[in-house]
Amino acid sequence: MAQALIDLAHISKSFDGTLVLDDLNLSVKENSFVTLLGPSGCGKTTTLRIIGGFETPDTGKVIFDGTDITSLPPNKRQLNTVFQKYALFSHMNIAENIAFGLKIKGKSKSYIDDKIKYALKLVNLDGYETRSVDSLSGGQQQRIAIARAIVNEPRVLLLDEPLGALDLKLRQDMQYELIRLKNELGITFVYVTHDQEEALTMSDTIVVMNQGYIQQMGTPEQVYNEPENAFVADFIGESNILHGTMIHDELVEIFGTKFVCVDKGFGNHAPVDVVIRPEDIDLVEPADDLLNGVCTHLIFKGALYEMEVTTPDGFEWLVHSSRLCPVGKKVGIHVDPYNIQIMNKPESEDEEAINLDE
Amino acid sequence: MTNNGIGKKLLAGPYLVWMVGFIIIPLFLILYYGLTDKSGVFTLDNVTAIATPEHSKALILALLLSFISTVVCLLLAYPLAMILRNRNVGQGSFIVFIFILPMWMNFLLRTLAWQTLLEKNGVVNTILSLLHLPTQSLINTPGAIVLGMVYNFLPFMVLPIYNVLCKIDDNVVNAARDLGADFFQTLTRIWIPLSVPGIISGITMVFVPALTTFVISSLLGGSKILLIGNVIEQEFTHGSNWHLGSGLSLVLMVFILLSMAILAKYDKNGEGSAF
Amino acid sequence: MKRWKQNLHKIWQDFYLVIIMIFLYAPIATMIVLSFNSSKSRSQWGGFTLRWYTEMFASRNIVSALHNTLLIALLSALIATLIGTAAAIAINSMKSIPRIFFMGVTNIPMLNADIVTGISLMLAFIAFGISLGFKTVLISHITFNIPYVILSVTPKLRQTSRSTYEAAMDLGATPIYAFFKVVFPDILPGVLSGFLLAFTMSLDDFIITHFTRGAGINTLSTLIYSEVRRGIKPSMYALSTCIFLCVLLLLIISNFAPAYKNAQHNKTIKKREGNSYEKNNEGKLKQN
Repeated sequence: MAQALIDLAHISKSFDGTLVLDDLNLSVKENSFVTLLGPSGCGKTTTLRIIGGFETPDTGKVIFDGTDITSLPPNKRQLNTVFQKYALFSHMNIAENIAFGLKIKGKSKSYIDDKIKYALKLVNLDGYETRSVDSLSGGQQQRIAIARAIVNEPRVLLLDEPLGALDLKLRQDMQYELIRLKNELGITFVYVTHDQEEALTMSDTIVVMNQGYIQQMGTPEQVYNEPENAFVADFIGESNILHGTMIHDELVEIFGTKFVCVDKGFGNHAPVDVVIRPEDIDLVEPADDLLNGVCTHLIFKGALYEMEVTTPDGFEWLVHSSRLCPVGKKVGIHVDPYNIQIMNKPESEDEEAINLDE
Repeated sequence: MTNNGIGKKLLAGPYLVWMVGFIIIPLFLILYYGLTDKSGVFTLDNVTAIATPEHSKALILALLLSFISTVVCLLLAYPLAMILRNRNVGQGSFIVFIFILPMWMNFLLRTLAWQTLLEKNGVVNTILSLLHLPTQSLINTPGAIVLGMVYNFLPFMVLPIYNVLCKIDDNVVNAARDLGADFFQTLTRIWIPLSVPGIISGITMVFVPALTTFVISSLLGGSKILLIGNVIEQEFTHGSNWHLGSGLSLVLMVFILLSMAILAKYDKNGEGSAF
Repeated sequence: MKRWKQNLHKIWQDFYLVIIMIFLYAPIATMIVLSFNSSKSRSQWGGFTLRWYTEMFASRNIVSALHNTLLIALLSALIATLIGTAAAIAINSMKSIPRIFFMGVTNIPMLNADIVTGISLMLAFIAFGISLGFKTVLISHITFNIPYVILSVTPKLRQTSRSTYEAAMDLGATPIYAFFKVVFPDILPGVLSGFLLAFTMSLDDFIITHFTRGAGINTLSTLIYSEVRRGIKPSMYALSTCIFLCVLLLLIISNFAPAYKNAQHNKTIKKREGNSYEKNNEGKLKQN
């Protein structure tokens, strides 16, 4: 196990009386690609800005490589940021933008020239030295912003929704590009996004945040397959989130029907949240021991059909399947036990992370 | 579409007439008066009259005082605009409003106010004598004129700089800090270069009226200190040598155009428009 | 440590703001105080009085100058708005060469020194045989107001999408109907802010009025100038106080009216905008 490069300990921060981060603890391992994922206002950007030094936490410490850097200004930190909307210097050309940090450090001209060449090659923009910022497309500006940061050889690169302003195709290309860069440079990336697909594609570790709290931290597979609470399940991918009652270990009751599952330790007759991914539902012939419903909606989505099955209690189940089920057909709902995720209900209003209105 | 286009263009008719009658012809009249003598014969005497000691002294003094005022305005306004911008108070806010409000007060009254303060028996000297300090002769000095210019034109420097600073993305500044720049480096490499359009605009708006003023100098400078504006004004209102006055105005216009040309060189991109 | 440093920083900034504020407001405050001073001396407080205010309102000169000022401001702003808005619409539909000519000339009164504009107009009136008086002041004010209107309306016209106008005609509207129903509401804020800007510029003008007014007529500005040169009377302080309060009141009210707020910010920037208008437009033409 690599040791932690950045440690955030008990960080709290509020703006104008609104608590944005509440006792946040996070550690980032050297050489990892960590993504802070969450809806807007969840505190992810504030966390990044605290690491970058643009905000000072109200309480808590930022430890970098064993040293407390909580009150160190950004210009003295060994990390660099790629900003949302690039933040390039419009009064300088591309080479001057990239050279900015090196000139501040007083590097020699030949060193700077070499670095510019190297960085432009790395981001596939060789020969752009004398171009002006305005003449570049959004994707190119993004690459320059990255080049400008990495020539300084930071140990950590902080990226604040760097792909947010790009269109879909470009965004996907840039995701692969970023992974390649990360591997070539061998440095730590801390990445902020609200796009779950981006997070799942690129990260080693995903930190799902909401309302100033870390909801779950884990590998993409863990976060997707074993969400720890309804918020994570809802935010990552699509899911059916239901109220259920744990009859006893490995048996849960949903809308009066019993489902076999694999979870234990929730107690007997305890209220729980149940998450079932739409692709994990099999539609079968209706039967007495199954939860039965009627297919009420059908959309062809290319790779699969998206269907809605309404059960007598009024819940609309989202189902993804390659097999078509015509509207109006009666069906039974079957889910394999290991595809049923059982979660504790949130204890307080504050943690009531899932907003069912959304 | 074409018909409609012509119909639309006819709307410019009244303005075209107005423009020719009250902008273009009047300027040619200055040129005509400036380059002729009383009998209507072509001469350069009115223009070369600037070389007489009396006139050149007035011009040089005006250039000097307006230059000093512009520099003082810039030095006062830039930190002010920076502070206001970094308070993130927004354009319509009360605090910005406070600093812009005096601009809307009649400018004669603003000058009158300083006259009251600086007079021999004025407020400043009263306070000085109450403190048992020697009274100063403040009014009717070049210093008083500079003070009046700075006071009158300061908001015209603050506002364009403030506007342009407000447009600078916080993250651009953060990026510079992130790349290792300290406060001073951020100021000289980011803030100032990016606010050049506002600075240029402010300099123009302070320098030209200061160079050509006759009001401030006659109210705060007394009758002894004459700026080029006073000389021209007197030729038209008292001396009645319009030919000489026009000739000197032509010289003044050359200086205005010159200063604008110099400033335009620094404002390569014409970004002053970015308002 | 850092927070303490930040606080110190903020104290310095506040200190600076306060110093500038004192610099800006001390003279005005002094005048307000003196306007209530019963002693004519400017260095002694002789007790509170409203005498200068009654004197001011009793003065025929002041009242008629006020009347002239408001009338000229209103008329010149109205006429300039009409001519300027029409011209802006026409200029907007022109090809680049006539447009550059029009905008170039429009910039002259804004970039030129007021003293030169004033003199040139005076020479023109005398050459045209128009005797100096109310008329000539009005014409001069219209002349320097039109550019402000044009520069307020033009950006709005450029924002207005051509397709909405065409859509209206496509739906059967005549060009004039389409203009008043579709285009005009879009540019109205620009027209209003142009009017208000023109009105204020006219109220504020001294130099151009000074050269074009002739002997018989005074506006507040010219009256103050001639009074002050003769020696300050306390009724001038009363007048200043009244004007300051009016400006304050107007600005506070208008802070809630967006159109006027634009005008307020435009006041200092118009000159530059004129300059760059062409540059922007050239860029736009190239794109097309």
